[in-house]
Amino acid sequence: MSNEVELIKDPGLPAHVHRRADTDPKAAARAEQQVAILFVLSAIGTLLLIYSYIFIKDDKFIFIPVLGNTNLHQLGLGMGMAIALFCIGAGLIHWAKTLMPDEEVIAHRHEFRSEDEDREEFVKTVKAGASAAGLGRRPLIKRTLGAALGLSALTPLLLLRDLGPLPKDDLTKTSWKKGTRLVTDPGDRPIRPEDLEVGAVAQTLPELAEGEERTLNNIGKDAVLLIRLRPEEFNLDAERLSWTHEGIIAFSKICSHMGCAVALYEQQTKHLLCPCHQSTFDVTRAAKVIFGPAARPLPQLNITVDEEGYLVAGAPFTEPVGPSFWERSS
Amino acid sequence: MTARERIAGNVAGYVDDRTGAAKWMKKNLTKVFPDHWSFLLGEICLYSFVILLLSGTFLTFWFDPSQREVIYEGSYEPLSGLKMSAAYASTLDISFEVRGGLLMRQIHHWAALIFMVGIVVHLLRVYFTGAFRKPREFNWIIGVGLLTLGIVEGFLGYSLPDDLLSGTGIRIAEAIIQALPLVGSYIAFFAFGGAFPGEAFIPRIYTVHVLLLPGIFLALITVHLMLVWYQKHTQFPGPGRTEKNVVGYPLMPVYMAKAGGFFFIVFGVTAFLGAVASINPIWLYGPYTPGQISAGSQPDWYMGWLDGLVRMAPPIETHAFGHTISWNILIPGLILPGIMFTGLALYPFIESWATGDKREHHLLDRPRNTPNRTAIGAMALTFTIVSLLNGGNDIIATTFHLTINQMMWFSRIGVLVLPPLAFIITKRLCLSLQRADRDLVLHGRETGRLVRMPSGEFVEVHEPISPEKAWLLTSHEQLAPLELPELDGAGVRRPGALKNKLRNRISRATATAVPKATETERRELEGHH
Amino acid sequence: MKRLSRLRRHRAAGPILLIFALFTIGTTFQVASAVNSETQSVADRAVTIEEGKQLFLKGCSSCHGLNAEGGEIAPSLIGVGAASVDFQVGTGRMPMADMSTQAMRKKPVYNAEEVNALATYVASLAPGPEVPADEVLNYERDGSVAEGGELFRTNCAMCHNFAAQGGALTQGKYAPTLMGVEPKHIYEAMITGPQSMPVFSDKTITPEEKLSIIKWIKAAESEPQLGGAALGRVGPVTEGLLVWTLGIGLLIGVAVWLAMKAR
Repeated sequence: MSNEVELIKDPGLPAHVHRRADTDPKAAARAEQQVAILFVLSAIGTLLLIYSYIFIKDDKFIFIPVLGNTNLHQLGLGMGMAIALFCIGAGLIHWAKTLMPDEEVIAHRHEFRSEDEDREEFVKTVKAGASAAGLGRRPLIKRTLGAALGLSALTPLLLLRDLGPLPKDDLTKTSWKKGTRLVTDPGDRPIRPEDLEVGAVAQTLPELAEGEERTLNNIGKDAVLLIRLRPEEFNLDAERLSWTHEGIIAFSKICSHMGCAVALYEQQTKHLLCPCHQSTFDVTRAAKVIFGPAARPLPQLNITVDEEGYLVAGAPFTEPVGPSFWERSS
Repeated sequence: MTARERIAGNVAGYVDDRTGAAKWMKKNLTKVFPDHWSFLLGEICLYSFVILLLSGTFLTFWFDPSQREVIYEGSYEPLSGLKMSAAYASTLDISFEVRGGLLMRQIHHWAALIFMVGIVVHLLRVYFTGAFRKPREFNWIIGVGLLTLGIVEGFLGYSLPDDLLSGTGIRIAEAIIQALPLVGSYIAFFAFGGAFPGEAFIPRIYTVHVLLLPGIFLALITVHLMLVWYQKHTQFPGPGRTEKNVVGYPLMPVYMAKAGGFFFIVFGVTAFLGAVASINPIWLYGPYTPGQISAGSQPDWYMGWLDGLVRMAPPIETHAFGHTISWNILIPGLILPGIMFTGLALYPFIESWATGDKREHHLLDRPRNTPNRTAIGAMALTFTIVSLLNGGNDIIATTFHLTINQMMWFSRIGVLVLPPLAFIITKRLCLSLQRADRDLVLHGRETGRLVRMPSGEFVEVHEPISPEKAWLLTSHEQLAPLELPELDGAGVRRPGALKNKLRNRISRATATAVPKATETERRELEGHH
Repeated sequence: MKRLSRLRRHRAAGPILLIFALFTIGTTFQVASAVNSETQSVADRAVTIEEGKQLFLKGCSSCHGLNAEGGEIAPSLIGVGAASVDFQVGTGRMPMADMSTQAMRKKPVYNAEEVNALATYVASLAPGPEVPADEVLNYERDGSVAEGGELFRTNCAMCHNFAAQGGALTQGKYAPTLMGVEPKHIYEAMITGPQSMPVFSDKTITPEEKLSIIKWIKAAESEPQLGGAALGRVGPVTEGLLVWTLGIGLLIGVAVWLAMKAR
């Protein structure tokens, strides 16, 4: 058997098949009409848009199956625009397909590689240019230029320094101090232990001093969730148990994973769930992580009551709240 | 010559006298473009980018990129009198006080989603047909860059209105920055002008969203298109199509009408979506505050896979020497995406290294004829889809009565097990399709007609396929695997033997194929009958 | 007599009589119930409690115990109050159809009277939250929709979603949608904390604030589609689904037509 294997041959470009519109003037006229109809439809679309803009008030609603009770102004504008644009496009394409030449054309490709001669010339030119500049012969210039360029790259870095302050203790400190009252969010009302039934939760923030404004930055660190359980349901060590008050336990609401507000409290299982990444924390065991990507429990806030019987922080948070960062020590 | 032709001639002459454009225009107006629906996927991206520029400019006329606190006094009653940022309030005003404003917002957002879908399907087409091979590697890298920037640009746009959902997204982005070892908290404080959320972030990302990134996009898209133009489009194999030609329609007039028409189609479809389907109803989300959250907080789909990876990450942090490294954030949020995008960008070079193929290619591959590449693509796709599904696990769980815990475990295991499985299945599928092609060429098409032979046995009549079809099924090249020397003449391992061994192995895997049918075989078979 | 019979045969006689009859019944009922609520005697209450007890023994005691003391599969009902019973039975959650992850809202098994009897019986065992009176539930008058929205987003949206469409909890449990839930039942849920839901005390969310929340939920429920199909109001997931199906589907469809050779 010979090694010469004969491959199947390229039969070449198939013969051109004429369209109906190429041979039948009637078909061509029909195609022309179709294109024109599409353009007229487009014009009607724009008219619909103009009509909706001027005459349909934006408080008019109409019931449309699938969509529901829909704003007619918005729908009229949008559908007008959609019809106007789509039909121009469809008309153009139909025109191109049915009436413009449809014989396939062959163009030739050329290799991108330049001729060897040109490539050599190019290399020579570059070399000549480099030697004319004499970079290789004048190392002093080369080195000082390099150093200057390198140094100048520091400018943008330096100028961007004032984008923000240094973190200092901003990531580690919150507004909670010993004796800060817990107040409802929203509402800013102080809370007594007896205000919470077993199974109750309350979203709280630290009470503001006279004249103080609450910023989002504060809320982002200070938000605390109060939960009341039966005291016997806790499974805490003595220290953490002493941070609770009559079955009321307080956690930072800012997720220890990525900072979302963790507040999905399941009263029966005593689990807290973060809706962003589904980390699940067990409230009875000091918010220990039992599922999901979070690696640390939510920080617990030491709470007690003041002489007027309102719930207050017994001490500031003992660890930074929110997501981890490099300087965090535990 | 009519008067109109004379005027046109004069104008053209005037321009050419000053630019010499006639020569270039003459050549390029007849430029040939091959016709295939999948070659329009990139155009979807280009056109939705134009729509984004137009609708985005409209939105900037009213949008106030500021986190200054204002009291809402607009016409949407459920928010009336609430404190919010000027950014959020002005987005509400665009939606409810500016006629057509809500439509434009929705068109802008739908166009962004279509832009990203377009990029992904275009990338898949280019990948699976091998259009990234020499000489188009630069364009592949630019494409990967556009994909990456598109994700960033989309995320910034999603963040601008400062609603509860976008604020939650920024919160998570901040946590990722903050998790960077050594410099994380510093970079976060610089980016946000202090602690989260501060009042600087939205004005800053606004500039990036409307100026910096669109500028980079314009530059990259221009280069991307110029390269396509200069290198000429690839074409699918078929009769009369070779590595040396392009078969298609001339730019003037056919392709101008078709491509121009397609722009209006894309705009029309986007406007249709903007008219009938609500997107990002920020008035329902409410203004952002770090103390609030909604169930089912998700990013847009092109970030969904990242969120899905973050959700399924194991809860690992390292605490040592007074420092913390959050692997649960760094691995899914930075390291894995980094590996994925680097791998994607380098793929053309990896493949040509593995096959040793350094030639130019202008004819596309049918995916079945490159089983290894197709299988790798299926593997990467499976990985991304599992991650994406996990990004919406809560919505999926409530819709299909599953539990989020089941979904999470499915994803955690699936993301490791399913991609290799997809690889094996796809590769086998490709090889059996090759076998089917071979049988078709050698034995013809089954007609379903039974004929009784003189001997009494029944035989199905096979009809030979057309020469065009036979050519299509056999025109691909089947490269032999590399055989790089691992030992030198004396039987001792050469320097670099390990590398050669690896290359040989990959190359052998890549070259696995069912031998294509040949004319010789066909004749032999005919002789038998 | 003749005149009367003529009148009786008049075309409008039927409808008029019907209206008259309904009016009479209505007035009588109104008077009767007014009297009832004002001067309900201890004896009447005892009758209701007895009715409730009978219903309880038939329908609930197999799980909750003969004296509502609870059993292995069901909690004690002593001290849960009338509000809790009214919510659980009135929304059809109780009796439970099957012992799956959580009781679902469905068509109530008991009618309003029976629910009242059951609630009165359980309330008689130990004091607990009471069913809010209709007068208290005038959220249209007493609530503020914007304030309600803010309260909802802080206290409810994390489980029930930003538009009260419901959301996932752990292990297959879920926070149900609040669309179509009666204001009374929303109120009762907040004060009693049914199933996974925690209690929202009157001191941390005042009764007026609760009405504001209800008003906001009702506003969200009746909010028309301002920007087209709502896609379930669950955020970007359904938007992504739509763009990957209808959006890119339409565009690829046109692209295929564009590249197809015309005949």
